Amino acid sequence: MSEIPSLTLYELIKNIKEKKISSNEAAKSFIDRAERSKKLNTYVTDNFENCLKLSKQFDNRPNFDLKLPGIPIAVKDLFCTTDVRTTAGSNILNNFIPTYESTVTQNIWNEGGILLGKLNCDEFAMGSSNETSFFGNVQNPISKDLVPGGSSGGSSAALAANLTPITIGTDTGGSIRQPASFTGTVGLKPTYGSCSRYGIVAFASSLDQAGPMSKDVKDCSILLEVISSFDKKDSTSIDFKRNNYSKELTNNIKGLKIGIPKEYRIDGMPDEIEKLWQKGIEYAKECGAEIIDISLPHTSYALPTYYIVAPAEASSNLARYDGVKYGFRSSGENLIDMYEKTRSEGFGEEVKRRIMIGTYVLSSGYYDAYYLKAQKVRQLIKKDFDDAYNKVDAILTPSTPSSAFKIGEKSSDPVSMYLNDIFTVPVNLAGLPGISIPAGTDKNNYPLGLQIIGKPFDEQTVLNIAYSMEEKINYKNNICDWWIK
Amino acid sequence: MSDKSEYFIVRDQNIYEVVIGLEVHAQVTSNSKLFSSSSTKFGAEPNTQVSLVDAAFPGMLPVINEFCVKQAIKTGIGLKAKINNKSVFDRKNYFYADLPQGYQISQYKYPIVGEGNVTLDMPNGQKKIGIERLHLEQDAGKSIHDIDPNSTLVDLNRSGVALMEIVSKPDLRSPDEVNAFIKKLRSIMRYLGTCDGNMQEGSLRADVNVSVRKKGSKDLGTRCEIKNVNSIKFMQMAIAYEANRQVDLIEEGKKIDQETRLFDTKKNETRSMRSKEDAHDYRYFPDPDLLPLEIDDEYINKIKLEIPELPDEKKKRFIDKFNLTSYEATILVSDIETSKYFEEVIKDSDVKLSTNWITGELFALLNEKGLDISDSPISSKNLSKLINFIKDGTISGKIAKTIFEIMAEKDEDPEKIINEKGLKQESNPEELEKLIDQILNDNRDKVTEYKSGKDKLFGFFVGQAMKVSGGKANPKLLNEILKTKLIK
Amino acid sequence: MVVCDNIFYHMTIDLKTVKHISKLARISLEEKKAEKLATDMNSIFEFIEKLNELNTDNVEPLTSIAETTLRFRDDKITSENIREKILKNSPEKNDDFFVVPKVVE
Ligand SMILES: [Mg+2]
Ligand SMILES: [Zn+2]
Repeated sequence: MSEIPSLTLYELIKNIKEKKISSNEAAKSFIDRAERSKKLNTYVTDNFENCLKLSKQFDNRPNFDLKLPGIPIAVKDLFCTTDVRTTAGSNILNNFIPTYESTVTQNIWNEGGILLGKLNCDEFAMGSSNETSFFGNVQNPISKDLVPGGSSGGSSAALAANLTPITIGTDTGGSIRQPASFTGTVGLKPTYGSCSRYGIVAFASSLDQAGPMSKDVKDCSILLEVISSFDKKDSTSIDFKRNNYSKELTNNIKGLKIGIPKEYRIDGMPDEIEKLWQKGIEYAKECGAEIIDISLPHTSYALPTYYIVAPAEASSNLARYDGVKYGFRSSGENLIDMYEKTRSEGFGEEVKRRIMIGTYVLSSGYYDAYYLKAQKVRQLIKKDFDDAYNKVDAILTPSTPSSAFKIGEKSSDPVSMYLNDIFTVPVNLAGLPGISIPAGTDKNNYPLGLQIIGKPFDEQTVLNIAYSMEEKINYKNNICDWWIK
Repeated sequence: MSDKSEYFIVRDQNIYEVVIGLEVHAQVTSNSKLFSSSSTKFGAEPNTQVSLVDAAFPGMLPVINEFCVKQAIKTGIGLKAKINNKSVFDRKNYFYADLPQGYQISQYKYPIVGEGNVTLDMPNGQKKIGIERLHLEQDAGKSIHDIDPNSTLVDLNRSGVALMEIVSKPDLRSPDEVNAFIKKLRSIMRYLGTCDGNMQEGSLRADVNVSVRKKGSKDLGTRCEIKNVNSIKFMQMAIAYEANRQVDLIEEGKKIDQETRLFDTKKNETRSMRSKEDAHDYRYFPDPDLLPLEIDDEYINKIKLEIPELPDEKKKRFIDKFNLTSYEATILVSDIETSKYFEEVIKDSDVKLSTNWITGELFALLNEKGLDISDSPISSKNLSKLINFIKDGTISGKIAKTIFEIMAEKDEDPEKIINEKGLKQESNPEELEKLIDQILNDNRDKVTEYKSGKDKLFGFFVGQAMKVSGGKANPKLLNEILKTKLIK
Repeated sequence: MVVCDNIFYHMTIDLKTVKHISKLARISLEEKKAEKLATDMNSIFEFIEKLNELNTDNVEPLTSIAETTLRFRDDKITSENIREKILKNSPEKNDDFFVVPKVVE
């Protein structure tokens, strides 16, 4: 069945349950396609052999009650996977093989998913183009030499290229939603505390959140249902009643109030983004939603806040990579020399830059001016959303200020790269759920996304709005398989 | 110990006072670590009590042990300190081989326990030492430098074990006060069961901050911190050395650098530990993997109900209820095991006799054998029995000492020893009368001398009676009968 | 917007600062890289300094976005001896210990 890889998760599950496709057949077809898609550089480590074995095992003793019955799935290489190398896109973890499993991936295997392999990402999830990976760029299947977004760029590319039916990413400042937007796919960052951070290589602990990436909103809801769970091993995991997101998914959003924040209309935003947003507003109205103008006054402070908070936490989170316990070690004359060489050679430029920024903002004499200040502004940003949610049920914005750019185009200017996350970062700072859905294309025919932001723990409303708008938008990725051998 | 706890350093005309503050690290008594579920047991094979969290594997997260929180609160109550309803865990960032996370989880701005105090019993009276704060933090692992000639080896068994860092105010003025302070602190924590206080195993160690100033001055001098001293004796030696060093510098007109120093136990001196260029900047910030620790008053009050009688209160009760002297009470409460032993003995025995026997014979025995009271060869039950035999006249005090010595070899029931060896006191008046008549008969000349006024001879007759009875004659009865017979 | 007057930004990050920070972060830096980093950091901080426009004197800092209190764990030993697993990935092989260059104290 050559068309297996292009099926949605929902269709694939249906076929497997109806025994039209076996798990092993599915695995084979994804692996076969991956073998011919090496040009995209999506995989860092594959688990193909094992996947074939496990899929056979599934077929021998199928359990169709599971939510992901025998479904082969590739995941971002930031999730620790037992006995499968986990690199976080970094040289410093180049040879690291965990003896343990992240809670989120364990949830997937528990529901019948089978690991296809580990997908490329920006080093320690620091980047918006997947260019900071030690394992090289990832190609966006949309067009040659286009970045797939980042940091979950391997995930978005693999998904758009039909190398995996669904995938998971992590989102600290937009790392799920921005690559989804750049590849014409769906990506959801759940409320902070929904998905356990246990076993995920940490970037910025107060912002990191794992989330589903999929070809459509229905698939997204199925995967969210699997990965969202309360976990005692994560002190920031929240014990709230989780919905059966896919069961409760509806395209009836009549009467829902959707806010349009005026501050997201930023200077120099391309016309086509503005147009896309307007189109989105029209679709939402057509779906029966009520559109309300709102204000999120501190929006423009979100990025500067983020670029203090995230590097500060990262500088501390990445201190454990010191060449002592695991990972890369460079030999040194003494302990300090060993540390300095290991970390200098083990980390890439962007990671080092952020560690430096983070170390600086926490250092004596600067803490109050930068870190404490940022925490206070973060409070104001959160309050903006709290106030807005007194008036509306959800918020609609563009996902990114532009479509995917060329590889190398922005890599020399960190600030212009950081601006990519201008619409996604506030959502992380406030800990809210946000989804990006494909909503159109730009003049180059590159996909553009719209973002729907919800109230805390109200993923259902976010998904419902996305689901009903998706129907109206009726977006189809137009990918010509240019990379296939 | 000198008669007064005053301690000054004198150089020519100048008298210097020493100002000391302590940062005590006390290991919390708990089964598992502060943020992970591995064992805290001492003496395990290297790296066998290390979880993925303790070794800081990627994606591992801390989850706090409630018992450790309770232990810190208990200790805070024992230090008469304020328990804070909200405290925050921060990361203290620095690189070291035995610090796997690259940071220590500690409490910086908002500790779990605030100000309190400890009362010391010094020879010249009581002295209150202020407690600045108590906070919870993780212990580091252990670097071993002397196994491999070319490398340092790291054992993470201790990594992540809960510590209470107890910071005193700079209220201590002498090595003797430091001795008393550590002992009191240790005693309080042992009463509470929050720290075993075992200094050999590293359960209790301290950073000692020392500065000097001219007597009478109110300003604090520049202080030096002597890191990680793990015995009271070394603390006292380090303070003496360091205070004299600082005084010498001042006398020479030199400046004292604020620095961290190390006590070299072999050379008996302190020396500078870290070079200046390595100046520390710990970059403290709230640990984003943890939330603020919120404790309501109800929670604290519940814990208060579990607080046992502490040494100060026990001492007061011993004095008020049992009429003990302050000195006796102080030694009997100084250690929880001693006070337990004492209270078990006096449950069924005379308090005065028990006090004497415990602080006298028993302490001497333990001292001689180098044993703690918890390992006493004589159980409290048997000592209590022995004391009761003295009290009811079954045996004399002298015989009791013989029996005590036998008990010291094997903890036997004194009743059994008395019966087996026939040591029971002769208290039958008729038997005693017979015995006395015999002695008086055999010493008629002495009887005559006595009656003519040589009173001293009374002791001779007692001695003879004791000798003949094999020491078993009831002395009180013997005296009475002798007196009446000699008057006749 | 009010400029908060008790905080002074607008300092440029010089080479010396970059080197000091790299020491704290235990990352060795070649001279050229340090210069490039100084330039990058200055442009990033120029952008960060926008926060200066806001008066935050009476704002509570937000430390955790998860609006819940710290959850307790029972004092139970649930992890056993996993020394082999712990040492499996360590760069210098030893059955019992982690090994680092000799530290002289
Ligand atoms: Mg200290
Ligand atoms: Zn400490």
